[in-house]
Amino acid sequence: MNYWPLLGIALVVIGFALRFNPLMVVVGAALVTGLLAGFDFVAVVEALGKAFNDNRYISVTWIILPVIGLLERHGLQQRARAVIENMRGATMGKLLVIYLLFRQLTAALGMKDIGGHPQAVRPLVAPMAEAAAEKSHGKLPEGEREKVLAMSAATDNVGLFFGEDIFFAIASILLIQGVFETYGYPLTPLQLSVWAIPTAICAFGIHSWRIMALDRKLVGGGAGSEFLAGSKDIKPATRISDQGDEA
Amino acid sequence: MITYEWLYWLAGAFFAFWSILSLRDQHYGNSAFWGILAGSFFLGTHLSDWANGVLVLALVAIAGLGGLKRSEPETTTNDEREKLSQTFGNKLFIPALIVPITAVAGTLLYNYTPLSETGLFEPRRETLILFGIGVVIALIAAMVWLRPAPLAPAEEGRRLIDSIGWAAILPQMLAALGAVFALAGVGDIIGGAAGGLIPEGSVFLTVVVFALGMALFTMIMGNAFAAFPVMAAAIGIPLLVQTYGGNPAVIGAVGMLAGFCGTLLTPMAANFNIVPAALLELKDQNAVIRQQVGTAVPLWVCNVVIIYVGAFLLWN
Repeated sequence: MNYWPLLGIALVVIGFALRFNPLMVVVGAALVTGLLAGFDFVAVVEALGKAFNDNRYISVTWIILPVIGLLERHGLQQRARAVIENMRGATMGKLLVIYLLFRQLTAALGMKDIGGHPQAVRPLVAPMAEAAAEKSHGKLPEGEREKVLAMSAATDNVGLFFGEDIFFAIASILLIQGVFETYGYPLTPLQLSVWAIPTAICAFGIHSWRIMALDRKLVGGGAGSEFLAGSKDIKPATRISDQGDEA
Repeated sequence: MITYEWLYWLAGAFFAFWSILSLRDQHYGNSAFWGILAGSFFLGTHLSDWANGVLVLALVAIAGLGGLKRSEPETTTNDEREKLSQTFGNKLFIPALIVPITAVAGTLLYNYTPLSETGLFEPRRETLILFGIGVVIALIAAMVWLRPAPLAPAEEGRRLIDSIGWAAILPQMLAALGAVFALAGVGDIIGGAAGGLIPEGSVFLTVVVFALGMALFTMIMGNAFAAFPVMAAAIGIPLLVQTYGGNPAVIGAVGMLAGFCGTLLTPMAANFNIVPAALLELKDQNAVIRQQVGTAVPLWVCNVVIIYVGAFLLWN
Protein backbone atom coordinates (compact mmCIF):
# COMPACT_ATOMS: atom_id res chain seq x y z
CA MET A 1 0.00 0.00 0.00
CA ASN A 2 1.16 3.54 -0.76
CA TYR A 3 1.56 5.31 2.60
CA TRP A 4 2.92 8.56 1.16
CA PRO A 5 -0.44 10.40 1.10
CA LEU A 6 -0.31 10.36 4.93
CA LEU A 7 2.41 13.00 4.64
CA GLY A 8 -0.44 15.45 3.95
CA ILE A 9 -1.82 14.77 7.43
CA ALA A 10 1.61 15.33 8.95
CA LEU A 11 1.79 18.65 7.10
CA VAL A 12 -1.53 19.72 8.58
CA VAL A 13 -0.41 18.86 12.10
CA ILE A 14 2.97 20.59 11.73
CA GLY A 15 1.48 23.61 9.94
CA PHE A 16 -1.14 24.15 12.65
CA ALA A 17 1.47 23.62 15.40
CA LEU A 18 3.81 26.19 13.84
CA ARG A 19 0.88 28.59 13.41
CA PHE A 20 1.22 29.10 9.69
CA ASN A 21 -1.86 30.60 8.10
CA PRO A 22 -4.37 27.71 8.31
CA LEU A 23 -5.73 28.35 4.80
CA MET A 24 -2.22 27.91 3.38
CA VAL A 25 -1.69 24.79 5.49
CA VAL A 26 -4.95 23.22 4.35
CA VAL A 27 -4.46 23.92 0.66
CA GLY A 28 -0.77 22.95 0.85
CA ALA A 29 -1.74 19.65 2.48
CA ALA A 30 -4.40 19.03 -0.15
CA LEU A 31 -1.92 19.60 -3.00
CA VAL A 32 0.77 17.42 -1.41
CA THR A 33 -1.67 14.61 -0.61
CA GLY A 34 -3.09 14.59 -4.11
CA LEU A 35 0.33 14.67 -5.81
CA LEU A 36 1.69 11.87 -3.58
CA ALA A 37 -1.35 9.75 -4.39
CA GLY A 38 -0.31 9.96 -8.02
CA PHE A 39 -2.60 12.66 -9.43
CA ASP A 40 -1.16 15.46 -11.53
CA PHE A 41 -1.26 19.10 -10.42
CA VAL A 42 -4.18 20.07 -12.65
CA ALA A 43 -6.28 17.14 -11.40
CA VAL A 44 -5.64 18.06 -7.76
CA VAL A 45 -6.52 21.73 -8.30
CA GLU A 46 -9.67 20.63 -10.13
CA ALA A 47 -10.66 18.31 -7.26
CA LEU A 48 -10.05 21.10 -4.78
CA GLY A 49 -12.03 23.61 -6.84
CA LYS A 50 -14.94 21.24 -7.31
CA ALA A 51 -15.12 20.36 -3.60
CA PHE A 52 -14.82 24.01 -2.53
CA ASN A 53 -17.61 24.91 -4.93
CA ASP A 54 -19.84 22.02 -3.79
CA ASN A 55 -19.47 23.15 -0.17
CA ARG A 56 -20.42 26.81 -0.63
CA TYR A 57 -23.50 26.29 1.51
CA ILE A 58 -21.20 26.13 4.56
CA SER A 59 -20.23 29.79 4.15
CA VAL A 60 -23.77 31.00 3.42
CA THR A 61 -24.40 31.37 7.17
CA TRP A 62 -22.32 34.59 7.25
CA ILE A 63 -25.27 36.47 5.78
CA ILE A 64 -26.53 36.78 9.36
CA LEU A 65 -23.71 39.20 10.25
CA PRO A 66 -25.42 42.44 9.09
CA VAL A 67 -28.44 41.69 11.31
CA ILE A 68 -26.29 40.90 14.34
CA GLY A 69 -24.03 43.90 13.69
CA LEU A 70 -26.97 46.25 13.30
CA LEU A 71 -28.52 45.08 16.56
CA GLU A 72 -25.16 45.33 18.35
CA ARG A 73 -24.90 48.90 17.06
CA HIS A 74 -28.16 49.59 18.88
CA GLY A 75 -27.07 47.98 22.15
CA LEU A 76 -27.99 44.27 21.87
CA GLN A 77 -25.00 43.07 23.92
CA GLN A 78 -25.63 45.76 26.56
CA ARG A 79 -29.26 44.66 26.73
CA ALA A 80 -28.25 41.02 27.15
CA ARG A 81 -25.98 42.04 30.03
CA ALA A 82 -28.69 44.17 31.63
CA VAL A 83 -31.14 41.27 31.65
CA ILE A 84 -28.67 39.22 33.69
CA GLU A 85 -27.70 42.11 35.97
CA ASN A 86 -31.33 42.63 36.88
CA MET A 87 -31.93 38.96 37.55
CA ARG A 88 -31.66 38.06 41.20
CA GLY A 89 -29.44 35.08 42.00
CA ALA A 90 -28.07 34.75 38.45
CA THR A 91 -24.58 33.23 38.36
CA MET A 92 -22.46 32.28 35.40
CA GLY A 93 -22.62 28.65 36.47
CA LYS A 94 -26.41 28.50 36.61
CA LEU A 95 -26.78 30.45 33.38
CA LEU A 96 -24.47 28.22 31.32
CA VAL A 97 -25.86 25.00 32.81
CA ILE A 98 -29.37 26.11 31.85
CA TYR A 99 -28.14 27.01 28.37
CA LEU A 100 -26.45 23.60 28.08
CA LEU A 101 -29.70 21.84 28.98
CA PHE A 102 -31.71 24.07 26.65
CA ARG A 103 -29.29 23.42 23.77
CA GLN A 104 -29.28 19.64 24.35
CA LEU A 105 -33.06 19.42 24.60
CA THR A 106 -33.79 21.59 21.56
CA ALA A 107 -31.15 19.74 19.51
CA ALA A 108 -32.67 16.42 20.63
CA LEU A 109 -36.00 17.64 19.24
CA GLY A 110 -34.35 18.42 15.93
CA MET A 111 -34.02 22.17 16.47
CA LYS A 112 -30.27 22.35 16.12
CA ASP A 113 -30.45 25.75 14.47
CA ILE A 114 -31.51 27.42 17.69
CA GLY A 115 -28.24 28.60 19.15
CA GLY A 116 -24.96 28.63 17.28
CA HIS A 117 -21.96 30.94 17.49
CA PRO A 118 -22.73 33.96 15.30
CA GLN A 119 -26.44 34.08 16.07
CA ALA A 120 -26.57 33.23 19.79
CA VAL A 121 -23.18 32.95 21.49
CA ARG A 122 -21.56 36.21 20.43
CA PRO A 123 -24.54 38.53 20.81
CA LEU A 124 -26.34 36.86 23.76
CA VAL A 125 -24.83 33.93 25.65
CA ALA A 126 -21.26 35.21 25.99
CA PRO A 127 -22.16 38.74 27.19
CA MET A 128 -24.74 37.26 29.59
CA ALA A 129 -22.19 34.81 31.01
CA GLU A 130 -19.64 37.59 31.40
CA ALA A 131 -22.17 39.84 33.15
CA ALA A 132 -23.21 37.03 35.48
CA ALA A 133 -19.59 36.21 36.32
CA GLU A 134 -18.87 39.86 37.07
CA LYS A 135 -21.95 40.03 39.24
CA SER A 136 -20.58 37.38 41.59
CA HIS A 137 -16.84 38.00 41.24
CA GLY A 138 -16.47 41.66 40.31
CA LYS A 139 -14.63 42.88 37.24
CA LEU A 140 -12.62 40.03 35.71
CA PRO A 141 -8.98 40.29 34.62
CA GLU A 142 -8.57 39.73 30.86
CA GLY A 143 -7.37 36.11 31.10
CA GLU A 144 -10.38 35.06 33.18
CA ARG A 145 -12.78 37.03 31.02
CA GLU A 146 -11.53 35.09 27.99
CA LYS A 147 -12.06 31.82 29.85
CA VAL A 148 -15.69 32.73 30.49
CA LEU A 149 -16.27 33.68 26.84
CA ALA A 150 -14.52 30.52 25.61
CA MET A 151 -16.57 28.40 28.03
CA SER A 152 -19.75 29.95 26.59
CA ALA A 153 -18.73 28.83 23.10
CA ALA A 154 -17.67 25.40 24.42
CA THR A 155 -21.07 24.98 26.10
CA ASP A 156 -22.85 25.65 22.82
CA ASN A 157 -20.72 22.96 21.11
CA VAL A 158 -21.16 20.33 23.82
CA GLY A 159 -24.92 20.93 23.97
CA LEU A 160 -25.27 20.60 20.21
CA PHE A 161 -23.02 17.56 19.70
CA PHE A 162 -24.49 15.51 22.52
CA GLY A 163 -28.10 16.44 21.92
CA GLU A 164 -28.50 16.23 18.15
CA ASP A 165 -28.03 12.47 17.82
CA ILE A 166 -31.07 11.80 20.01
CA PHE A 167 -33.11 13.20 17.14
CA PHE A 168 -33.49 10.31 14.74
CA ALA A 169 -33.77 12.24 11.50
CA ILE A 170 -30.32 13.79 11.63
CA ALA A 171 -27.51 13.34 9.11
CA SER A 172 -25.14 11.47 11.43
CA ILE A 173 -27.80 8.90 12.39
CA LEU A 174 -28.65 8.40 8.73
CA LEU A 175 -24.96 7.94 7.95
CA ILE A 176 -24.59 5.24 10.65
CA GLN A 177 -27.70 3.52 9.34
CA GLY A 178 -26.39 3.66 5.77
CA VAL A 179 -22.97 2.25 6.64
CA PHE A 180 -24.39 -0.67 8.64
CA GLU A 181 -26.94 -1.42 5.96
CA THR A 182 -24.17 -1.75 3.36
CA TYR A 183 -22.68 -4.54 5.46
CA GLY A 184 -26.00 -6.31 5.90
CA TYR A 185 -27.14 -4.97 9.29
CA PRO A 186 -30.43 -3.14 8.82
CA LEU A 187 -31.02 -0.80 11.80
CA THR A 188 -33.80 1.72 12.33
CA PRO A 189 -32.90 5.33 13.13
CA LEU A 190 -34.80 5.02 16.42
CA GLN A 191 -32.69 2.02 17.54
CA LEU A 192 -29.62 4.16 17.02
CA SER A 193 -30.88 7.40 18.50
CA VAL A 194 -31.92 5.89 21.86
CA TRP A 195 -28.28 4.86 22.31
CA ALA A 196 -27.29 8.53 22.14
CA ILE A 197 -29.13 9.12 25.42
CA PRO A 198 -26.60 7.61 27.90
CA THR A 199 -23.79 9.73 26.40
CA ALA A 200 -26.02 12.81 26.43
CA ILE A 201 -26.61 12.34 30.16
CA CYS A 202 -22.87 11.88 30.81
CA ALA A 203 -22.12 14.99 28.73
CA PHE A 204 -24.59 17.04 30.75
CA GLY A 205 -23.14 15.79 34.05
CA ILE A 206 -19.49 16.28 33.13
CA HIS A 207 -19.84 19.63 31.42
CA SER A 208 -22.16 21.08 34.11
CA TRP A 209 -19.65 20.10 36.75
CA ARG A 210 -16.88 21.83 34.77
CA ILE A 211 -18.93 25.00 34.32
CA MET A 212 -19.59 25.14 38.05
CA ALA A 213 -15.91 24.46 38.77
CA LEU A 214 -14.87 27.35 36.52
CA ASP A 215 -17.36 29.63 38.27
CA ARG A 216 -15.92 28.67 41.67
CA LYS A 217 -12.32 29.14 40.48
CA LEU A 218 -12.80 32.61 39.02
CA VAL A 219 -11.03 35.28 41.02
CA GLY A 220 -12.36 38.65 40.07
CA GLY A 221 -11.06 41.89 41.50
CA GLY A 222 -14.36 42.92 43.02
CA ALA A 223 -15.97 46.11 41.77
CA GLY A 224 -13.76 49.15 42.28
CA SER A 225 -10.63 47.22 43.23
CA GLU A 226 -7.23 47.61 41.62
CA PHE A 227 -7.88 44.81 39.19
CA LEU A 228 -10.46 47.02 37.59
CA ALA A 229 -7.90 49.68 36.76
CA GLY A 230 -5.37 47.07 35.67
CA SER A 231 -7.64 45.22 33.31
CA LYS A 232 -8.49 48.37 31.38
CA ASP A 233 -4.94 48.62 30.07
CA ILE A 234 -5.07 45.35 28.25
CA LYS A 235 -5.21 45.82 24.52
CA PRO A 236 -8.17 44.50 22.59
CA ALA A 237 -7.76 41.08 21.09
CA THR A 238 -5.62 40.86 18.00
CA ARG A 239 -7.08 39.02 15.10
CA ILE A 240 -6.08 35.39 15.04
CA SER A 241 -4.63 35.62 11.56
CA ASP A 242 -2.05 38.11 12.84
CA GLN A 243 -0.43 35.33 14.80
CA GLY A 244 -0.38 33.07 11.78
CA ASP A 245 1.13 35.69 9.52
CA GLU A 246 4.20 36.11 11.66
CA ALA A 247 5.22 32.50 11.60
CA MET B 1 -38.58 25.86 -6.68
CA ILE B 2 -36.20 27.69 -4.37
CA THR B 3 -32.76 26.03 -4.46
CA TYR B 4 -29.34 26.58 -2.91
CA GLU B 5 -28.47 28.56 -6.03
CA TRP B 6 -30.73 31.36 -4.76
CA LEU B 7 -28.85 31.40 -1.45
CA TYR B 8 -25.54 31.57 -3.30
CA TRP B 9 -26.74 34.67 -5.13
CA LEU B 10 -27.89 36.23 -1.85
CA ALA B 11 -24.60 35.48 -0.09
CA GLY B 12 -22.65 36.54 -3.20
CA ALA B 13 -24.42 39.89 -3.09
CA PHE B 14 -23.39 40.37 0.56
CA PHE B 15 -19.75 39.49 -0.20
CA ALA B 16 -19.80 41.83 -3.22
CA PHE B 17 -21.11 44.63 -0.99
CA TRP B 18 -18.27 44.08 1.47
CA SER B 19 -15.78 44.06 -1.39
CA ILE B 20 -16.99 47.44 -2.66
CA LEU B 21 -17.04 49.00 0.81
CA SER B 22 -13.48 47.71 1.42
CA LEU B 23 -12.36 49.29 -1.84
CA ARG B 24 -13.79 52.62 -0.71
CA ASP B 25 -11.79 52.22 2.48
CA GLN B 26 -8.65 51.44 0.44
CA HIS B 27 -8.38 47.98 1.97
CA TYR B 28 -7.41 46.43 -1.35
CA GLY B 29 -6.58 42.98 0.03
CA ASN B 30 -9.95 42.70 1.75
CA SER B 31 -11.67 44.00 -1.37
CA ALA B 32 -10.00 41.40 -3.58
CA PHE B 33 -10.68 38.58 -1.10
CA TRP B 34 -14.41 39.26 -0.66
CA GLY B 35 -14.70 40.11 -4.35
CA ILE B 36 -13.25 36.75 -5.44
CA LEU B 37 -15.48 34.96 -2.94
CA ALA B 38 -18.48 36.83 -4.38
CA GLY B 39 -17.39 35.67 -7.84
CA SER B 40 -17.26 32.08 -6.61
CA PHE B 41 -20.78 32.37 -5.19
CA PHE B 42 -22.25 34.03 -8.29
CA LEU B 43 -20.54 32.00 -10.98
CA GLY B 44 -19.18 28.84 -9.31
CA THR B 45 -21.97 26.66 -10.68
CA HIS B 46 -21.08 27.59 -14.25
CA LEU B 47 -17.28 27.69 -14.00
CA SER B 48 -15.05 24.70 -14.76
CA ASP B 49 -13.47 22.77 -11.86
CA TRP B 50 -10.12 24.20 -12.88
CA ALA B 51 -11.40 27.80 -12.75
CA ASN B 52 -12.92 27.18 -9.31
CA GLY B 53 -9.60 25.71 -8.21
CA VAL B 54 -7.76 28.81 -9.39
CA LEU B 55 -10.19 30.98 -7.39
CA VAL B 56 -9.33 28.87 -4.31
CA LEU B 57 -5.61 29.37 -4.88
CA ALA B 58 -6.14 33.13 -5.29
CA LEU B 59 -8.09 33.37 -2.01
CA VAL B 60 -5.40 31.44 -0.18
CA ALA B 61 -2.62 33.58 -1.69
CA ILE B 62 -4.29 36.80 -0.49
CA ALA B 63 -4.83 35.40 3.02
CA GLY B 64 -1.39 33.80 3.20
CA LEU B 65 0.37 37.02 2.20
CA GLY B 66 -1.41 38.89 4.98
CA GLY B 67 -3.67 40.84 2.65
CA LEU B 68 -6.64 40.86 5.03
CA LYS B 69 -6.92 43.63 7.58
CA ARG B 70 -9.38 44.45 10.32
CA SER B 71 -11.71 47.29 9.43
CA GLU B 72 -13.09 50.02 11.64
CA PRO B 73 -16.19 51.43 9.96
CA GLU B 74 -17.90 54.20 11.87
CA THR B 75 -20.21 52.91 14.59
CA THR B 76 -21.75 53.82 17.94
CA THR B 77 -19.62 54.15 21.09
CA ASN B 78 -20.12 52.00 24.18
CA ASP B 79 -21.89 54.85 25.98
CA GLU B 80 -24.22 55.41 23.06
CA ARG B 81 -24.95 51.69 22.93
CA GLU B 82 -25.76 51.70 26.64
CA LYS B 83 -28.29 54.51 26.08
CA LEU B 84 -29.74 52.93 22.94
CA SER B 85 -30.18 49.62 24.75
CA GLN B 86 -32.28 51.41 27.36
CA THR B 87 -34.32 53.19 24.69
CA PHE B 88 -35.13 50.03 22.72
CA GLY B 89 -35.26 47.63 25.67
CA ASN B 90 -35.87 43.92 25.39
CA LYS B 91 -37.47 44.37 21.97
CA LEU B 92 -33.90 44.29 20.65
CA PHE B 93 -34.00 40.52 21.05
CA ILE B 94 -36.91 40.13 18.64
CA PRO B 95 -35.08 40.62 15.32
CA ALA B 96 -32.31 38.31 16.60
CA LEU B 97 -34.91 35.63 17.32
CA ILE B 98 -36.67 35.97 13.95
CA VAL B 99 -33.89 34.04 12.22
CA PRO B 100 -33.84 30.81 14.29
CA ILE B 101 -37.63 30.84 14.66
CA THR B 102 -38.13 31.14 10.91
CA ALA B 103 -35.64 28.35 10.30
CA VAL B 104 -36.99 25.96 12.91
CA ALA B 105 -40.71 26.65 12.81
CA GLY B 106 -40.56 26.90 9.03
CA THR B 107 -38.84 23.53 8.74
CA LEU B 108 -41.36 21.83 11.02
CA LEU B 109 -44.29 23.47 9.28
CA TYR B 110 -42.94 22.56 5.87
CA ASN B 111 -42.20 18.92 6.69
CA TYR B 112 -45.25 18.02 8.77
CA THR B 113 -47.99 19.72 6.77
CA PRO B 114 -49.08 19.29 3.15
CA LEU B 115 -46.86 22.30 2.35
CA SER B 116 -44.05 19.90 1.42
CA GLU B 117 -46.16 18.66 -1.47
CA THR B 118 -45.99 22.09 -3.08
CA GLY B 119 -42.29 21.47 -3.79
CA LEU B 120 -41.52 25.07 -2.88
CA PHE B 121 -38.01 24.25 -1.64
CA GLU B 122 -35.28 21.97 -2.98
CA PRO B 123 -35.70 18.63 -1.15
CA ARG B 124 -33.73 18.34 2.15
CA ARG B 125 -32.44 21.91 1.73
CA GLU B 126 -35.37 23.65 3.40
CA THR B 127 -33.69 24.56 6.72
CA LEU B 128 -30.81 26.56 5.26
CA ILE B 129 -33.10 28.19 2.71
CA LEU B 130 -35.50 29.18 5.51
CA PHE B 131 -32.52 30.49 7.46
CA GLY B 132 -31.77 32.77 4.49
CA ILE B 133 -35.39 33.89 4.35
CA GLY B 134 -35.28 34.55 8.12
CA VAL B 135 -32.21 36.74 7.68
CA VAL B 136 -33.94 38.82 5.01
CA ILE B 137 -37.06 39.24 7.18
CA ALA B 138 -35.01 40.15 10.26
CA LEU B 139 -32.95 42.64 8.29
CA ILE B 140 -36.02 44.36 6.86
CA ALA B 141 -37.73 44.40 10.28
CA ALA B 142 -34.66 45.90 11.96
CA MET B 143 -34.25 48.54 9.23
CA VAL B 144 -37.89 49.60 9.42
CA TRP B 145 -37.85 49.71 13.22
CA LEU B 146 -34.42 51.20 13.99
CA ARG B 147 -34.12 53.45 10.91
CA PRO B 148 -30.31 53.52 10.78
CA ALA B 149 -28.26 55.04 7.96
CA PRO B 150 -28.90 52.97 4.81
CA LEU B 151 -25.36 51.57 4.72
CA ALA B 152 -25.24 50.76 8.45
CA PRO B 153 -26.07 47.03 8.21
CA ALA B 154 -23.53 46.52 5.43
CA GLU B 155 -20.83 48.38 7.39
CA GLU B 156 -21.60 46.56 10.64
CA GLY B 157 -21.54 43.27 8.76
CA ARG B 158 -18.19 44.23 7.25
CA ARG B 159 -16.76 45.00 10.68
CA LEU B 160 -17.73 41.51 11.86
CA ILE B 161 -16.64 39.62 8.73
CA ASP B 162 -13.29 41.45 8.74
CA SER B 163 -12.76 40.56 12.41
CA ILE B 164 -13.27 36.92 11.44
CA GLY B 165 -11.08 37.41 8.37
CA TRP B 166 -9.82 34.36 6.48
CA ALA B 167 -11.27 32.07 9.18
CA ALA B 168 -14.65 32.72 7.53
CA ILE B 169 -13.84 30.33 4.68
CA LEU B 170 -11.72 27.86 6.67
CA PRO B 171 -14.64 25.45 7.30
CA GLN B 172 -15.48 25.37 3.60
CA MET B 173 -11.80 24.88 2.74
CA LEU B 174 -11.51 22.00 5.22
CA ALA B 175 -14.48 20.30 3.61
CA ALA B 176 -12.59 20.56 0.31
CA LEU B 177 -9.50 19.06 1.94
CA GLY B 178 -11.64 16.16 3.13
CA ALA B 179 -12.69 15.52 -0.46
CA VAL B 180 -9.06 15.45 -1.62
CA PHE B 181 -8.15 13.09 1.27
CA ALA B 182 -10.97 10.79 0.19
CA LEU B 183 -9.78 10.90 -3.42
CA ALA B 184 -6.24 10.00 -2.32
CA GLY B 185 -7.50 7.03 -0.27
CA VAL B 186 -6.29 8.37 3.10
CA GLY B 187 -9.21 6.73 4.88
CA ASP B 188 -8.35 3.25 3.62
CA ILE B 189 -4.72 3.64 4.69
CA ILE B 190 -5.66 4.71 8.23
CA GLY B 191 -8.32 2.03 8.53
CA GLY B 192 -5.82 -0.63 7.48
CA ALA B 193 -3.23 0.61 9.97
CA ALA B 194 -5.74 0.75 12.84
CA GLY B 195 -7.00 -2.73 11.97
CA GLY B 196 -3.43 -4.05 12.23
CA LEU B 197 -2.99 -2.64 15.76
CA ILE B 198 -5.61 -4.76 17.46
CA PRO B 199 -4.51 -7.34 20.00
CA GLU B 200 -6.33 -10.59 19.30
CA GLY B 201 -8.95 -11.91 21.67
CA SER B 202 -9.51 -8.85 23.87
CA VAL B 203 -12.99 -7.38 23.39
CA PHE B 204 -12.32 -4.46 25.71
CA LEU B 205 -9.07 -3.43 24.00
CA THR B 206 -10.76 -3.70 20.62
CA VAL B 207 -13.46 -1.32 21.87
CA VAL B 208 -10.74 1.05 23.07
CA VAL B 209 -8.91 1.01 19.72
CA PHE B 210 -12.20 1.53 17.86
CA ALA B 211 -13.17 4.52 20.02
CA LEU B 212 -9.65 5.92 19.94
CA GLY B 213 -9.50 5.54 16.17
CA MET B 214 -12.83 7.38 15.86
CA ALA B 215 -11.57 10.26 18.03
CA LEU B 216 -8.12 10.56 16.44
CA PHE B 217 -9.28 10.24 12.86
CA THR B 218 -12.02 12.79 13.58
CA MET B 219 -9.36 15.16 14.92
CA ILE B 220 -7.38 14.76 11.70
CA MET B 221 -10.36 15.22 9.39
CA GLY B 222 -12.15 17.76 11.61
CA ASN B 223 -15.35 15.79 11.18
CA ALA B 224 -16.69 12.52 12.59
CA PHE B 225 -18.61 11.87 9.37
CA ALA B 226 -15.38 11.25 7.49
CA ALA B 227 -14.00 9.00 10.22
CA PHE B 228 -17.07 6.84 10.76
CA PRO B 229 -17.24 4.82 7.52
CA VAL B 230 -13.50 4.13 7.76
CA MET B 231 -13.45 2.93 11.38
CA ALA B 232 -16.70 1.01 10.99
CA ALA B 233 -15.29 -0.83 7.97
CA ALA B 234 -11.89 -1.46 9.59
CA ILE B 235 -12.87 -2.43 13.17
CA GLY B 236 -16.49 -1.79 14.11
CA ILE B 237 -18.19 -4.24 11.76
CA PRO B 238 -15.62 -7.00 11.07
CA LEU B 239 -14.31 -7.31 14.65
CA LEU B 240 -16.79 -5.88 17.14
CA VAL B 241 -19.98 -7.03 15.41
CA GLN B 242 -18.96 -10.09 13.39
CA THR B 243 -16.16 -11.67 15.45
CA TYR B 244 -17.24 -10.69 18.97
CA GLY B 245 -21.00 -10.53 18.37
CA GLY B 246 -21.63 -7.03 19.75
CA ASN B 247 -24.87 -5.05 19.40
CA PRO B 248 -24.54 -3.13 16.09
CA ALA B 249 -26.85 -0.29 17.17
CA VAL B 250 -24.71 0.58 20.21
CA ILE B 251 -21.43 0.23 18.33
CA GLY B 252 -22.68 2.51 15.56
CA ALA B 253 -24.39 5.16 17.66
CA VAL B 254 -21.84 5.47 20.47
CA GLY B 255 -18.88 5.01 18.11
CA MET B 256 -20.03 8.14 16.30
CA LEU B 257 -20.28 9.99 19.64
CA ALA B 258 -16.70 8.94 20.51
CA GLY B 259 -15.80 10.70 17.27
CA PHE B 260 -17.67 13.83 18.41
CA CYS B 261 -15.33 13.93 21.44
CA GLY B 262 -12.51 14.26 18.91
CA THR B 263 -14.36 17.14 17.21
CA LEU B 264 -14.14 19.09 20.49
CA LEU B 265 -10.34 18.74 20.48
CA THR B 266 -9.23 19.81 17.02
CA PRO B 267 -8.59 23.11 15.23
CA MET B 268 -9.59 21.25 12.05
CA ALA B 269 -13.22 21.53 13.21
CA ALA B 270 -12.85 25.22 12.49
CA ASN B 271 -16.48 26.28 12.48
CA PHE B 272 -16.98 24.97 16.02
CA ASN B 273 -13.57 25.71 17.53
CA ILE B 274 -11.64 28.39 15.63
CA VAL B 275 -14.38 30.61 14.20
CA PRO B 276 -16.00 31.22 17.65
CA ALA B 277 -12.62 32.27 19.07
CA ALA B 278 -12.42 34.82 16.26
CA LEU B 279 -16.05 35.88 16.70
CA LEU B 280 -15.52 36.46 20.42
CA GLU B 281 -12.25 38.29 19.65
CA LEU B 282 -10.22 36.03 21.92
CA LYS B 283 -6.43 36.41 21.87
CA ASP B 284 -5.84 32.67 21.98
CA GLN B 285 -7.04 30.96 18.80
CA ASN B 286 -7.33 27.67 20.74
CA ALA B 287 -9.13 29.12 23.79
CA VAL B 288 -12.39 27.28 23.01
CA ILE B 289 -10.59 23.95 22.57
CA ARG B 290 -8.81 24.49 25.92
CA GLN B 291 -12.18 24.78 27.66
CA GLN B 292 -13.39 21.62 25.92
CA VAL B 293 -10.51 19.27 26.76
CA GLY B 294 -11.71 18.68 30.30
CA THR B 295 -15.15 17.65 29.03
CA ALA B 296 -14.11 15.70 25.93
CA VAL B 297 -11.59 13.36 27.56
CA PRO B 298 -13.76 12.02 30.42
CA LEU B 299 -16.72 11.88 28.05
CA TRP B 300 -14.68 9.75 25.65
CA VAL B 301 -13.99 7.35 28.55
CA CYS B 302 -17.75 7.23 29.24
CA ASN B 303 -18.33 6.28 25.60
CA VAL B 304 -15.85 3.41 25.82
CA VAL B 305 -17.65 2.12 28.92
CA ILE B 306 -21.08 2.55 27.30
CA ILE B 307 -20.02 0.57 24.23
CA TYR B 308 -18.46 -2.18 26.33
CA VAL B 309 -21.41 -2.50 28.70
CA GLY B 310 -24.22 -1.81 26.22
CA ALA B 311 -22.94 -3.75 23.23
CA PHE B 312 -21.37 -6.72 25.04
CA LEU B 313 -22.16 -7.21 28.76
CA LEU B 314 -25.88 -6.39 28.49
CA TRP B 315 -26.31 -7.84 25.01
CA ASN B 316 -24.88 -11.34 25.40
